[in-house]
Amino acid sequence: MAQYKLVKCTINGKEVEKMVDVRASLTDMLRNDYRLTSVKKGCEVGECGACNVLIDGECFNSCIYLAVWAEGKNIRTLEGLMSPDGELSDIQQAFIDEAAVQCGFCTPGVIMSAVEILESGRDYTDDELRKLLSGHLCRCTGYENILRAVRKTLDKRLGKIQ
Amino acid sequence: MVVGKSVKRVDAFDKVTGRTKYTDDLCDRSAYVAKVLHSTIAHGKVLSVDTTEAEKIDGVIKIVTCFDVPKNYFPTAGHPWSTDESHQDVADRLLLTDIVRFYGDDVAAVIAENEVAAAQAIKAIKVEYEEYPFVLDVQEAMSDSAPLLHERFPNNILAHTSQSVGNYEEAIKEEGLIKFDNWYDTPTVQHCHIENHICYASEENGRITVVTSTQIPHIVRRVVGQALGVDWGKIRVIKPYIGGGFGNKQDVLYEPLCAYLSTVVGGRLVKLDSSREETFVCQRVRHAIRSHIITYARPDGTFVARKLETFSNQGAYASHGHSVGAKGMGCFKQLYPCENVEAECYTVFTNRPVAGAMRGYGIPQAMFAVESQIDDIAKALGMTPLEIREKNLMPVGYTDDFSKNVNYFDSFNQCIEKGKKYIDYDRKLKEYKNQSGDIRKGIGMAVFWYNTAVWPISLESSSSRMVLNQDGSIQIQLGETEIGQGADTAFAQMAADAVGLTLDKVNVVSCQDTDITPFGTGAYASRQTYVGGLTIKQTGELLKQRILDYAQKLSGVSCEELDIVDNIIIKKADNSTVMTVADLAVTALYSLEDSRHITAETTFQIKSNAYSFGCCFADVEVDIRACKVKILDIINVHDCGTLINPALAEAQVHGGMSMGIGYALSEQEIFDAKTGRTLNNNLLDYKLSTFMDHPHLEAQFVENAEPTSAFGTKALGEPPTCPVAPAIRNAVLNATGVAINRIPMTPHVLFEEFKNHGLL
Repeated sequence: MAQYKLVKCTINGKEVEKMVDVRASLTDMLRNDYRLTSVKKGCEVGECGACNVLIDGECFNSCIYLAVWAEGKNIRTLEGLMSPDGELSDIQQAFIDEAAVQCGFCTPGVIMSAVEILESGRDYTDDELRKLLSGHLCRCTGYENILRAVRKTLDKRLGKIQ
Repeated sequence: MVVGKSVKRVDAFDKVTGRTKYTDDLCDRSAYVAKVLHSTIAHGKVLSVDTTEAEKIDGVIKIVTCFDVPKNYFPTAGHPWSTDESHQDVADRLLLTDIVRFYGDDVAAVIAENEVAAAQAIKAIKVEYEEYPFVLDVQEAMSDSAPLLHERFPNNILAHTSQSVGNYEEAIKEEGLIKFDNWYDTPTVQHCHIENHICYASEENGRITVVTSTQIPHIVRRVVGQALGVDWGKIRVIKPYIGGGFGNKQDVLYEPLCAYLSTVVGGRLVKLDSSREETFVCQRVRHAIRSHIITYARPDGTFVARKLETFSNQGAYASHGHSVGAKGMGCFKQLYPCENVEAECYTVFTNRPVAGAMRGYGIPQAMFAVESQIDDIAKALGMTPLEIREKNLMPVGYTDDFSKNVNYFDSFNQCIEKGKKYIDYDRKLKEYKNQSGDIRKGIGMAVFWYNTAVWPISLESSSSRMVLNQDGSIQIQLGETEIGQGADTAFAQMAADAVGLTLDKVNVVSCQDTDITPFGTGAYASRQTYVGGLTIKQTGELLKQRILDYAQKLSGVSCEELDIVDNIIIKKADNSTVMTVADLAVTALYSLEDSRHITAETTFQIKSNAYSFGCCFADVEVDIRACKVKILDIINVHDCGTLINPALAEAQVHGGMSMGIGYALSEQEIFDAKTGRTLNNNLLDYKLSTFMDHPHLEAQFVENAEPTSAFGTKALGEPPTCPVAPAIRNAVLNATGVAINRIPMTPHVLFEEFKNHGLL
């Protein structure tokens, strides 16, 4: 088997292609080949959620997703969330406003899970939100303010609060 | 004034957009990759290392073994260096070792062009060992027949110290005393910062630069120098943003080895990125401490005499060593002052992973033991947990004879009042009496004692530098580090107030670079805002004075009559504007007559380590048949003095509570008795709290401004973790009547205990 393969995909709205080591994880491809360093490495075996990205709208731990599987996929990372003119998305602003950020290392992965939740258009109870977010480990926040940021953003999008 | 306001974190925007750069994000892709070969035995001698096959692997650059490295023994603790030899940290580490003392010790290292080659080479190296017997239990390690880890420490005792007040032996002769004699055990746990430790090193102009994920850049510089036998000024350490530390990164980890590896490949760039598995085993853990407490009390709950014996499991190397157990011992006679106290603490080497600093530094262990026994005594004497504390807890005005710390305020009662009210303590205490059935509820509480910074063990000092820009803004630099806790934001708030600027005019230089940053020992002992605040105030006032001196020259108004408020130089008498700081700064820099670059840099010395107090209340539900504890509600209340930033303070408390919940219920490293191997060296099998393991975490504060502090603040970083486990344990006691004397209270432990007490 050839060691390198051409992988064409869409990353943060842009069609791209690169020769990729067939042994590489999607984390490695995004970090090393595309310099999308919001994709963090905390365990590299799918335990901590720091490398979480959206693939065709669904969350995956990119560390246990082969780069070559990204062929034809639509991939979104935290770098793609801010608008081109520099305006933060509501969920990013909520993370700032609710003091949901400390060391910041788990933050990119958690925000991308929040995006998946928010884009579902559904409402969830706090218990359901906790379950949906439980693939992310955080040692700084006790998850309290992260939950609050997601809750508030969800309620705003659903028109439940201003 | 911005101190006291919940301003947004200065680093939040970059962190939510993913542009914050951590160590790995900054490392050039040309770097060689280094990996470490770890021992597969717990104790023994390396007889040979065969690298023949490994060297044939394509991409391998160099392999270094324990027989190749210089024999410079070095210490690793993130303590300030002591110029008094008798107080120096124990120097017992080598870059790589031929005597292995725990399963996972560092035997050899590979430098390769890429990760795959490095990993393959590690697997291909063959090591031949002579195996020695090993010991994992702290008290077994002290026996004469136990295998010895370090020749100069007989019976594996790294240190043994004691404290004595009054006359314990005489006091216990009093008639009618009731004796309580209990043992308490805490586990080996790990910090689990989400960013593993990582560093990279290279040489430039004959000096070695190490970029590392550390809490203590200036200490890393010193230790790299010691380990390599190089003048300390030849080492430059850079600390970017880090993904959490919690004490593990308050130790020098692989920086010396990484620096050394760079030197053996001609100073080329070498990266050493630890895996999660290595983080669990090969770095630092929290000391497992076994405590034996004897209390003699009168039937009315008065403590007459108390004795403490603790056995602190150091693991294989000295690291922070005895200071952790000793801090725990130090709280014993202070938290519940009693006329007759004897306390002694042993720190003992075992063939376990090395124990170092971890959030709380001996206090989570001490609080579990001390606060558990208080409830055991209350129960036996028919008193409530609050009645017995009220009778014995450190009173207002108490002064410690060693640290000279003073308990200035009625913090304990004020904190307890808030906690009680929130959790509806009195009502629940009544409601939960006389329960039966499989599901029972319980209410429990615990207090804690913690002191800020490390005086009088070492002199606390901190330096800061402020530089005025043309637009009237400033840069501020400190050796104290942002590790996620929000230090940069607190520093910016304090600097703004000290100089008279608005927050947007203060730029914190977050990154520490030992070539550039003023000297400071780093983030530990919950010292940042306390110690940093003092130097910020002093430097800020000096900068302000220099600005006003120049203002006097320009305006003719005496600087005594001037002040700076919100970026404007005003006359104090009538608040009229003299000029803006920005106008002054431009003039000062570009004046044709008297050009000045206005800067200030000072060092402040602090001979105090203020008490920080608080409590935790937990309301739990115990499913006796499932042997499970569910937390229904939980609150921490802290008196950490004046809050610099209430929102960030609250967030700190949440994180500490979460860590405390894990400590109480689920976290522990498990060691294989046959091999000494750590069995759960990953985030699946090591159970730290997840989103689903918490209820809402309530954090409240009592704000008694600390008199010794520049901004009234004191420790908050570590304290939130300290009272949580005993509060939960005491709630389980309240629910079931069963005193659980070891954590974590997993279903395995609860099953055994419930069975012994006839509940199952």
